[in-house]
Amino acid sequence: MNESAQTRTLLIEREMPHPPEKIWRALTEGPLIAEWLMTNDFKPEVGHRFTFRATPVPGWSGIIESEVLVVEPPSRLVYSWGALGLDSAVTFTLTPTEGGTRLRMEHSGFGSDQDQAYKGANYGWRNFLNNLEHVVERMD
Amino acid sequence: MQAVPDNVFRALADPTRRAIYERLARNGEQTVHALTDRSGVSQPAISKHLTVLKRAKLVRHRREGRETHYSAQPQALAPLVDWMSIYGAFWRERFDQLENLLQRMEK
Repeated sequence: MNESAQTRTLLIEREMPHPPEKIWRALTEGPLIAEWLMTNDFKPEVGHRFTFRATPVPGWSGIIESEVLVVEPPSRLVYSWGALGLDSAVTFTLTPTEGGTRLRMEHSGFGSDQDQAYKGANYGWRNFLNNLEHVVERMD
Repeated sequence: MQAVPDNVFRALADPTRRAIYERLARNGEQTVHALTDRSGVSQPAISKHLTVLKRAKLVRHRREGRETHYSAQPQALAPLVDWMSIYGAFWRERFDQLENLLQRMEK
């Protein structure tokens, strides 16, 4: 964690005893997504804009603005993740293994040339700084 | 987090500067005059604050005629956002729920 670039990517990898097709359903069917992630109006269509809704806290609306970027069933899914005025992207990669599937999730922020992404219009920056810890607690 | 330049922290530690920064981030580019008008702070004081924000690369300026326009540069905040601490616990817990769901789906 000593390079700033690394602090902007979160990687989680888990081996799951389920076929990729089944995990793909859990990642791409709205009601199933809601069961493990958040309320949403997701559709597995590139270009589809949707929102995730979490419990609002002071300084944060609880709304995550997203857009579907890549849909390659049943192996790769990418959507943008706009929260707290900062844009990031979530990438799921599914690889078949002997016993099931290796599911890899990468959550990374900040392209280098994304000035447009930082609109800053819909967040209270000061509140974000003051409430960052609070937000993280509540998100658990 | 050690990559965060001290001057970013220092720049945002002051409530007046935070307010200025927040206004620029929220409302887009503004002149020094516009920033002064609604702040209750003198123009030299505003200019001083803007210089500190500029040094931290939190704002950028451009001249147009006699006016200097300032705009927010939120990418300077990038090092402040530690992805691991914001989303680490969040995603791990969601992954647990995903595995639960997958087990239930088998039925």
